[in-house]
Amino acid sequence: MRRLLAILTLSLLAACSSQPPAPEQDASGVESRNGRDVLNPVDNGGMYNPARLKDPKSQLSKREIFFDLDSYAIRAEFKPLLEQHAKFLQANAKYKMLIQGNADERGSREYNLALGQKRAEAVKKALQLLGANEAQVEAVSLGKEKPRCMEATEECWAQNRRADILYTGEF
Amino acid sequence: MRISFRSLLLSTALFAGAAHAQLSVEIIGAGANRIPVSVADFPGERIVSQALTSVIRTDLDRSGLFRMIDAGGNAIPENAGIAYGDWKSRGADALAVGQVIPTADGRFETRFRLYDIQKQAQLGSGALSHSSSQLRSTGHRIADFIYEKLTGEPGVFSTRIAYVVKSVGRFELQIADADGGNAQTAFASAEPIISPTWAPDGNRIAYVSFQTKKPVVYVHDLAAGRRHVAANFKGSNSAPAWSPDGRRLAVVLTKDGSSQLYVVNADGSGVTRLASSAGIDTEPHFSPDGNYIYFTSDRGGSPQVYRIPSSGGDAQRVTFEGNYNTSPRLSPDGKSMAYISRNSGRFQLAVMDLNSKQTQILTDSSKDESPSFAPNGRMILYATEIGGRGVLAAVSSDGRVKLRLPSAAGDVREPAWGPFAK
Repeated sequence: MRRLLAILTLSLLAACSSQPPAPEQDASGVESRNGRDVLNPVDNGGMYNPARLKDPKSQLSKREIFFDLDSYAIRAEFKPLLEQHAKFLQANAKYKMLIQGNADERGSREYNLALGQKRAEAVKKALQLLGANEAQVEAVSLGKEKPRCMEATEECWAQNRRADILYTGEF
Repeated sequence: MRISFRSLLLSTALFAGAAHAQLSVEIIGAGANRIPVSVADFPGERIVSQALTSVIRTDLDRSGLFRMIDAGGNAIPENAGIAYGDWKSRGADALAVGQVIPTADGRFETRFRLYDIQKQAQLGSGALSHSSSQLRSTGHRIADFIYEKLTGEPGVFSTRIAYVVKSVGRFELQIADADGGNAQTAFASAEPIISPTWAPDGNRIAYVSFQTKKPVVYVHDLAAGRRHVAANFKGSNSAPAWSPDGRRLAVVLTKDGSSQLYVVNADGSGVTRLASSAGIDTEPHFSPDGNYIYFTSDRGGSPQVYRIPSSGGDAQRVTFEGNYNTSPRLSPDGKSMAYISRNSGRFQLAVMDLNSKQTQILTDSSKDESPSFAPNGRMILYATEIGGRGVLAAVSSDGRVKLRLPSAAGDVREPAWGPFAK
């Protein structure tokens, strides 16, 4: 059985090396560059295995950071989440993160794009302070262009004052 | 019966054409001085001439500067003698007559003349050769001729507008005639499109697309139907604004950590930083003489309009009333500035005389965005919301003429008025 696994691993590695570089399409797929044998079905992969990105029991599957009105400060309740994401990035050097900032729907599109950017930058800075490598993180804005809800209510505006974390394969 | 969005859009003019009388033109203001003008029916090829005169009358009517006098259904030959007394008693100050003459290989020659009824004299005449598929553009050109003779300003009936239509799961950048006819899709995407802006030569449009999950600035060559990336640096790239010579774009980039102003060549090469601030700098807009770039900044604590020499230097604040002023757009003569001002929570189109600094709110709505001057400076096109839907509207720069533009399905936003045809 072990020999069969070794052969499968080797042929997969060979296939990888002949492919042109491409973004990871499946976060829970081949990640043999870290040296972990992900074909081993017993290994849960550890806290920072890419499989955790989609594991509802892991903080890494939580990707939203909400902000108060007119504020770009990261609320204390989100610090533990960001710690986990920073550690994931440190553990997975080939993974890139895209942070998309959003703004509520009131006012100029371009000014709101810039407000959303401030939220994304705030998350990026927090991650850097927690040890994430700047080269792995890109902060961008969607402004008010992709709102989660459209009502002119405080509940809806609060939903849209948000930054979302995406990983390689998701953008 | 399922109707595809595309066929619905193509079969229904985005704005009311001559056949759909849904257009509402509000003329407000005491003693609005409209010139009474009559456009007689043109004898000749009947279907062609009726379509032509319909375009001319609708154009003149929609400008808000003319009061259309019924010509009584008589087709008056282009070279006929004019019974000035009759027209005077009908209340017309000016009369346009014409004729549509079929020529070889299925084309037409339309001849037209314009008369001043008071002075009892001919103001001008012209002749245009065209095919039957060029009826609308020929009508627009004749309307431009009449407009210019009677007002002294160039008409904009032959210009085009660009705008974005949002429907479920789809965004389209559309280009239409100034009256909304002939709408064509320049580019469609599942992700948002914002900030379209015409190059001064009318051949290219720059815009921002979110197709790659982040904002990227593109320049789209309309004739070739191709585009190239003008700015795709790390972070967000947005708010393109053409220099008057069409060679460069001012843009907003966040590659150095916050939204700041840069200038890049139209082909995407050679980025240089224009200004620095601790806050947000965005919405750059060149003055027509190219000397200044006006922009929105919250460096002073709230978003206001500033200007900076386009070669760099110190920024000067331009707006001082209220705590939210954004989206500066200068008139083609450089003397006034349209912008969006928030008052008691309402976002409204305003205009400032740059000499006297006097400001005027032009609308009564509460969600105005994206002002864009017509190239003759008379009308300002903008986006607003009526009944919960995004629509386009226009208002004259003195606030007296207001135009509502009803639209078909979807939300319409981000209008940009194109230049005069070269």
